[in-house]
Formats: sequence, C-alpha cells, structure tokens
Amino acid sequence: MKFPYSFPLTRAFALYLGQAALLAGETFASILAGRIRWRLVLNQVVEIGFGSQAVVIITGIFTGAVFTAQIFFQFNALNMATAVGPVVSIALCRELGPVLTGLMVAGRVGAAMSAEIGTMKVTEQIDALRALAVNPVDYLVVPRAVAMMISMPLLVGECIFFALTASYFVATNILNVNSVFYLHHMWSYTHGKDMVMALTKGFVFAIIVVIVGCQQGLTTRNGAVGVGRSTTDAVVISSLSILMINFFLTMALNIIFPAGGARY
Amino acid sequence: MKSSSDNLIEVRDLRQTFAGQEILRGVNLDIARGKTLVLLGQSGGGKSVFLRHLIGLIRPLSGSIRIDGEEIAHLDERELEPVRRKIGMLFQDGALFDSLTVYENVAFPLRERGERNEKVIRDKVAHALELVSLQGQEGKMPVNLSGGMRKRASLARAIISEPSCILYDEPTAGLDPIVSDTINRLIRRLQSQLHVTSIVVTHDMVSTNHIADHVALLREGRIHFSGALAELHASTDPVIRDFIEGRSREID
Repeated sequence: MKFPYSFPLTRAFALYLGQAALLAGETFASILAGRIRWRLVLNQVVEIGFGSQAVVIITGIFTGAVFTAQIFFQFNALNMATAVGPVVSIALCRELGPVLTGLMVAGRVGAAMSAEIGTMKVTEQIDALRALAVNPVDYLVVPRAVAMMISMPLLVGECIFFALTASYFVATNILNVNSVFYLHHMWSYTHGKDMVMALTKGFVFAIIVVIVGCQQGLTTRNGAVGVGRSTTDAVVISSLSILMINFFLTMALNIIFPAGGARY
Repeated sequence: MKSSSDNLIEVRDLRQTFAGQEILRGVNLDIARGKTLVLLGQSGGGKSVFLRHLIGLIRPLSGSIRIDGEEIAHLDERELEPVRRKIGMLFQDGALFDSLTVYENVAFPLRERGERNEKVIRDKVAHALELVSLQGQEGKMPVNLSGGMRKRASLARAIISEPSCILYDEPTAGLDPIVSDTINRLIRRLQSQLHVTSIVVTHDMVSTNHIADHVALLREGRIHFSGALAELHASTDPVIRDFIEGRSREID
C-alpha cells in the first residue's frame, strides 16, 4: 500500500487525522482520570455558552422563519399548509438545528480556540506551561472540551426552540396557517427521539469543533501568519467535518431512532 | 575529575537535527550543583535549543541528559513533570500568559502546585516581585509592560516555587545596562543565598563576567571550550579571543 502515501496530500491528511486522534485520546484520558480544572471549565462555559447565545438565537430565528416560508410556498399549492409544522420541526430537530449550531459555533468558538492557543504557541506560552510542569492538554484542551460538551447540546436545544417559535409566528401570523392545526400536527409528528438525535449530534459536533480548533492551535508555527492560517483551517476543517460526519451520524442514528410515524 | 553527585546536570553526546540541519553534534557538558554556568555562542548556534533539552521541551535525537542522576531523554510529558518542578526557566521574551495579570502570572506555579492559602500566595508573590524590583505592577497585564519588565515578571514566576536549578535564555538581551545589572545581581544573589544552580545562555560578555563560575562555548554544534571564567580570559584560542573581543573575521 505504498501508492496512496506517494501523494503529499494523502500523507498530510493521514498525519492530520493521526494528530487529531491522539489529541482526542489524550483529552478523554485526562477527563476520565479526573484532571479537570472546574474553574477554567466554568470560564469556558461562559465564553462558549453565553457568548454564543446571540449567534445561535439569530441563526435559529431566521432559519426557522425562512424554512417555514419556503415549505409553505411549496405545500400550500398542494393544500398541505398544515403539514408545514411537522416538516419544519423534524428538519430542525434532526438536521438543521444541530448542523447550523455546529457551523456557527465552529466559526465563532473554533476560530477563537485556534487563534488563542496558536498565539500562545508562537509566543512560547505553551512551552512556559510545560516548563512549569503543567500539561497543555490538561490546562487548555480539557476545560474547553468539557465546556463544549456541556454547552453545545444546550445551544442546539436553544437554536431549535427559537427556530420553532419563529416558525410558528411566521406560519400563523404572516402565512395564515391555522395555529391549532399547525401545533397539533407538529406535536403529532415530533418525538422525543428527534430531540435526542439533535442533542447527540450537538455533542458529537462539540468534540469535532474542540479537537480541530485545539489541534490547529497547538500545531501553529510561523508567527502571526501561522496563527491566521490555523484559524482559517480550524473553521474550514471543522465545518466540513461537521457536514460530512453529519451524514454518517444521520444514517447511524436513524437505526437507533428511526424517523417517521404520527403520535396519534 | 568530579564525582557525578557534584553535578546536577550531565549531558552526553547530545545530538539534534532540524529540517536536515545538524544543530547539536554531540554536546558533552557537566553542570556543577550550586554553580552558575554561562553558555556562550553565536546567535543561531543552538544555545537555546540546548537549553530546551535540559527541561524536556525538545527531545534529543540521541544522547543522554541526566538531571540529579535521573535520565530524562526518553521520559514522556507526564513523566517529565516531577523533573520540571525542580527547574525554573526564564524565556527569551518572558512568555508570560497574556490573559493573566502580573500577579496571576507569578502566582501561577503556586496555584498549580496546590497552594490554596491566598495569604501565603500573596506574600510569596510580593516577595518574588520585590526580588525583581517590580513592586506595584501586580495588576498590570503583560501587554502593558516594557520588555524588561516582562522579563523580570517572568523571572519572578520562575523563582517563586524555589527551584533548585534555573535556566536563563538570554536574560539580558534587549535590556538597558541598569536593568541588565539588576538581573545579573539577582542571578548572583539566588546562587549565593539559595544555592541555585543556574545555566545562562547569552552572548553578553558583561553579564558573563558578572555571573559566571564556569563558562562553555558552543560552536558548530559542539562544546568548543569549557572551563572557569579566568581560563576563558586567559585563552589564546583565536575563536575564543574573537568572541570575547567581539571581532568578526569578515573582510570589510
């Protein structure tokens, strides 16, 4: 199997995957060993969770609103306007909520992690941590990982809540869908498993964003130019990874939480 | 020949290569306990790289590094932590944590080593800052400090946990003569009062004359000279003379 490694890109990709896997392994080993600095976790929850609220809420509101409008325009022609609720709800829970939240958090938090850790790397602050007998993974990655794993599912839930609220408002107040039918149909076709799927995806995307962002930061070189490159790469890699892994997650989670079926 | 227990650090046949370029080509050096060794050499000659090997920030390609009798060349990050607790390091640009104030930076090693008594931390930080003449700067962020102040705050952070050995990477580079003298005196004082072993990487001969017990000259990846300060000055080796007198062989 020499052939694939003759391509520099293949080698770089294999190397990158290896580094990311090692970092993930080391991070989870530290978490399981209890090397968690809860004060830093709390700081990161504030930074990641509270700091991302506006972005996630605005994303949720306008995605819910525009998706509702588009579904209504198509379905209304078929006299299926009251089906807008379930379609929007299931799409938001199973796909749009977690994916859009993941992408927004990757842009905001993943970039910040990469830039902050990357700057620490090029200014020898990571070496200073190591010289002071402090493991950089324990000090920098673990608090961010724990904070992300707590915050992301909550942010996904928040995004879905605001998207559904906006959807209800647009459907009933602007597009004149009957509110009772809208809510009844939405409630009938939306299940707890859809929400579990959303939160599970949010949890997985949290791990992707934190590992990619921190890995990019920790491997930053070449000063300010390197920090810029790491930041860009962190956003691009984590966004693409979210989109790709989302497909496989959907297929796998659909086995555990099969879609479809009315409650009544 | 000294017995090995007289030496805090023993380096044997240390080799390192970066991007195909040999930086260290078999360095052999002993650093005596409680003494100050000054490692001289040209800029880009591998002095800082050598220094980083002593605290495990860079793994050697081959060779042996013994700290207090313990071989550290093949230890992993977690195994290195007890060794690193015995050693303080002053980085060339300070490497202060820029998200923390001066106070938090200096208190950082104490907190990380489990000290929770805020009064003890406050007293120790005040003492460390007094040693480096930085009283009253506790609340400042590193970005608001001058280069010299950053270096002194970093030195306070390095000495606060009372290490048995301190590594100095260009401690006086970029500082005015008065601040340089403060740093030199502090290095001397730490040695005389606390018997700290110091390894100072520099090309500052004024500083060398002030602080060195022992001097080594790194040239082309090997130790070209190792001996007492007086021996360095008495040497007739043209390479050493050029370095001491700051003379270039390049033709104008």
